Amino acid sequence: MKNNSIIDVVDVDFYYGTFQALTDITMNFEKNEVTALIGPSGCGKSTLLRLLNRMNDLIDGSRLVGQVIFEDRNIYAADVDPVEVRRRIGMVFQKPNPFPKSIFDNITYGPKLHGVRKKRDLEDLVEASLRQAVLWEEVKDILNRSAMTLSGGQQQRLCIARALAMKPDVVLMDEPTSALDPISTAKIEELIDELKENYTIIIVTHNMQQAARVSGKTGFFYLGRLIEFNSTEKIFTNPDEKQTEDYITGRFG
Amino acid sequence: MNLKWRYLKQNLFLGTATMCVLAIMVSLGGILFYIVENGYQAVNWEFLSSPPRDSMTKGGIFPAILGTLYLTMGAILVALPLGIASAVYLTEYARQGKLIRAIRLGVNCLAGIPSVVFGLFGLGFLVVFLQFGSCILSGALTLGFLILPTIIGASEEAMKAVPQTFREASLALGVSKWRTISRIVLPNAMPGILTGSILGIGRAAGETAPIMFTAAAFFTAKLPSSIFDEVMALPYHIYVLATAGTRIEETRPLQFGTVLVLVALVLGIDLIAIVIRSRMRKRKRW
Repeated sequence: MKNNSIIDVVDVDFYYGTFQALTDITMNFEKNEVTALIGPSGCGKSTLLRLLNRMNDLIDGSRLVGQVIFEDRNIYAADVDPVEVRRRIGMVFQKPNPFPKSIFDNITYGPKLHGVRKKRDLEDLVEASLRQAVLWEEVKDILNRSAMTLSGGQQQRLCIARALAMKPDVVLMDEPTSALDPISTAKIEELIDELKENYTIIIVTHNMQQAARVSGKTGFFYLGRLIEFNSTEKIFTNPDEKQTEDYITGRFG
Repeated sequence: MNLKWRYLKQNLFLGTATMCVLAIMVSLGGILFYIVENGYQAVNWEFLSSPPRDSMTKGGIFPAILGTLYLTMGAILVALPLGIASAVYLTEYARQGKLIRAIRLGVNCLAGIPSVVFGLFGLGFLVVFLQFGSCILSGALTLGFLILPTIIGASEEAMKAVPQTFREASLALGVSKWRTISRIVLPNAMPGILTGSILGIGRAAGETAPIMFTAAAFFTAKLPSSIFDEVMALPYHIYVLATAGTRIEETRPLQFGTVLVLVALVLGIDLIAIVIRSRMRKRKRW
């Protein structure tokens, strides 16, 4: 099990200024697995997600102690370029955030800046990415229309397609369905299930049913600590920790 | 009773606000009407296309129109890149802290400095120290410095208005910070930046004090052939005709005609900027 892991978080403490958001986190994420991070608001699960592709770098005064190993390298080592890390580890945000450009340009934005130039290649990439995000059939005739005209659920799948167009190894999802209606949510969940064939997915969610439905492993966070990290089935049927049980049965949080 | 009182209050405030708007409209309309009424007779093709004659009591203002156009364009050319670059640094790169607050305060102070101070600075630094002499370059630089704070402020506001989620989305795709700024932030901020620039253009075209020591000639029929030539300029021409000429009363129609042309010119430049902006807005929407 260990040798199948793609990201290893080792003894990580994380600070915003003087506030310690994460304490002593050690966990590993397996390849081609969906891992869910759950816990009450402010427990640090989103912080953990965002430090996996160094998005927390953008926050002044944030500081990490420990190591995050991705493919045998500590992504916090001095010689690592965060831009390269983010190319390999994509991200989908809570609120759909397409660029105010056409659907086509949204997908090609990243690849173009990384040297994909030929029109044919770009077109293929757009189709492949949209197919993977199960959006192709809905938008194939309106690729030049502004992404802002799509519905929220379609926008979110477009954002997923945009992330996939960079051919990342890992896709991080920060509460990707919390701004969506139940039907769109169901579509995204189906999509996640298909994506794990080719990608490693780490998803933060407030929705415990969602974690139970889509993930193979689940980590429960509370007050900046990883309380329990187990197979999803175990977490939701027979957790080792009392706190986990209290949380998933709705006794607090 | 209580409800009636609320309606009364509501109408009272609505009335006051409407009156304020009306007062502004009336005074603006009054000024414009006064200028047009006194100036339109002086404006004809000869007035627009020929240089002044007979100690500037007759003839046209073509050199001044051209001079003001050059100076205004030059000021924009100087201030827009500098202002946008400064705003990019202040909003996107600089760590928000005491130093940045001090710089911002300085920029705001710069905006409040009387224009004659800029004129004197231009004279001392550009004309004399750097030995540019009184010319388009000195005048355009001085005007550029004058409108720089306006453009920095407008650009900063426009860039702050670009949703943070756009930056995050771009960075999360493994796009570098500079490219995120140049491909996402700036294009989306451009309409706002142009709005601010419109204010700057109007100011640059209309100022007299900054150019009277640095660029404007009392009279020259010769059109400038390089940026190191002196030019006539509309605001200074008006000033000269209205105060320093020998026949102030006699040239009154010319003065109003020149004012009318200056106002029309500023409106024209604004209009171009507005058209560009609305086109950009149509493309960019969120």
